[in-house]
Amino acid sequence: MSSEEIRKQILRLLQRNARISHQAIGERLQISEVAVAAAIHDMEANGTIIGYYALVDEERTGTVPVRAMIEVEVQPERDGGFDRIAGLISKFPEVQTVYLVSGRYDLRVEVMGDTLQEVAGFVSSKMAVLDGVKSTTTHFLLKKYKEAGFRLHEEEAYDRLQVSP
Amino acid sequence: MTDSKSHREWVAKHVGCLPRSGIRDFFDIVSTMSDVISLGIGEPDFVTPWAIREATIYALAKGHTGYTSNLGLLALRRTICTYVEENFGVEYDPDKECIVTVGVSEALDLILRAVLNPGDEAIYHEPCYVSYMPSIALTHAVPVPVVTQEGNGFALSAEAVRAKITPRTRLILLSFPNNPTGASLSYAEKEAMARLAVEHDLLLISDEIYEELTYEERCQSIAAFPGMKERTILLNGFSKAHAMTGYRLGYACGPHKLIEAMMKIHQYSMLCACGFVQEAAIEALRNGRRAMLEMKTEYHQRRNVIVKRLNDMGLPCQMPKGAFYAFPRITGTGMTSTQFATRLLNEKKVACVPGAAFGACGEGYIRCAYATAMDQIEIAMERMAEFVKTL
Repeated sequence: MSSEEIRKQILRLLQRNARISHQAIGERLQISEVAVAAAIHDMEANGTIIGYYALVDEERTGTVPVRAMIEVEVQPERDGGFDRIAGLISKFPEVQTVYLVSGRYDLRVEVMGDTLQEVAGFVSSKMAVLDGVKSTTTHFLLKKYKEAGFRLHEEEAYDRLQVSP
Repeated sequence: MTDSKSHREWVAKHVGCLPRSGIRDFFDIVSTMSDVISLGIGEPDFVTPWAIREATIYALAKGHTGYTSNLGLLALRRTICTYVEENFGVEYDPDKECIVTVGVSEALDLILRAVLNPGDEAIYHEPCYVSYMPSIALTHAVPVPVVTQEGNGFALSAEAVRAKITPRTRLILLSFPNNPTGASLSYAEKEAMARLAVEHDLLLISDEIYEELTYEERCQSIAAFPGMKERTILLNGFSKAHAMTGYRLGYACGPHKLIEAMMKIHQYSMLCACGFVQEAAIEALRNGRRAMLEMKTEYHQRRNVIVKRLNDMGLPCQMPKGAFYAFPRITGTGMTSTQFATRLLNEKKVACVPGAAFGACGEGYIRCAYATAMDQIEIAMERMAEFVKTL
């Protein structure tokens, strides 16, 4: 396997389970633990791997934060297009994700807060008033079904035959 | 007259003397136990990719519930022939040289019944899938096994086959990548086999159901070698690569006359494969490649883990080149494969299949399928290592 292919496979494994051990990765890819550690360290150092986080089913935690997807229409600028506004919005800790998207609006922003009022207030007083923001449309999140490739509500298990040819 | 006596009289002799599959015997024991980790399953642990299931539902929603052409939907046969040409390097005419069947099992049964006369000899290799010997025997032909050896990576040498050829030999049945050994044939081995078939004017049946699940470099199908297309029946299906075992769908590609002969039997015994299942198969071939490769990557990594663990615990195991089975040798434990598998099941609740189920020469080995989730494989390997240590 080329080192490029090895890295691709390591990332594939980490993106499914960031806590997988170096030994387990090594066994799957038939390379040494040392080689796995070196490749991961390298990718962390060069910014390929930005970070690791836990994927949480918040409904089971007792305190479900309020989340909203905000569609933001932006007046693009002669130098830099959407980058300046997107950068500004990204600075707020309330903002979880900022994507530039094609279609009838420009930025898709995910905002998190403790209450509905807090999130609504943040959007109207902090984001909507930014110079260059033409409009915002807020969609509050009601239920999560799937996130980062993981389904949050599993189907009933299906029993296979235990032994078959 | 007792019941059992009357039954014995009703069942035809050649059926009565067929052995039950060794896998079934073992299954009966496993099914009475709970919390068993099974490495005994010869099918993907993945559910059929959703796009394929959705295509099945859509076909049903449209009311496509009738018979199809005996040969199968022309749209599917066209898709199959395009796929075979692109991936296996052999060109077939979807109108005349392809038939859609209920799994490769039916396709194999059809071709054997279509070409074998009573007393003809059919050469196949062991260890192998459990149906080959019985399927040949059911045609009143003579099954002639050739043993493949661990030392040779369980590959089949043309010389070993040559030694079994007699004036009554009619065909050679190949199954690579192999269940249960995971072996596959190199270019040179295929070439030698092709030469032998041409030299002795034999028909060659190639069961390539695991071909997509090949982890090393793939070479062309044996049907693509000179002089082979006109004497080869290529068998393949959707069960393994696309995780569609329960759909029961396979196909055969080969010379028109043979496909026509197979079709005769198929039309009277089966009529056609299930129509909406055929539509799902079109989706699998057209858009299912990405999902298939994703599953293959997973099998590949599981293979690396399970083979290393088996060798580490002292059960020598070749690195399988394809399919999803590891076939470690257990002779060092002093037990037969059935003793080993039975004790492993009773003492550690891990199920694998005794090698003897795949032919007499499978004795001394067990089959561990890695079509099981990685965490389950890891637990099974831990339990198995503990078991081996106690011996």
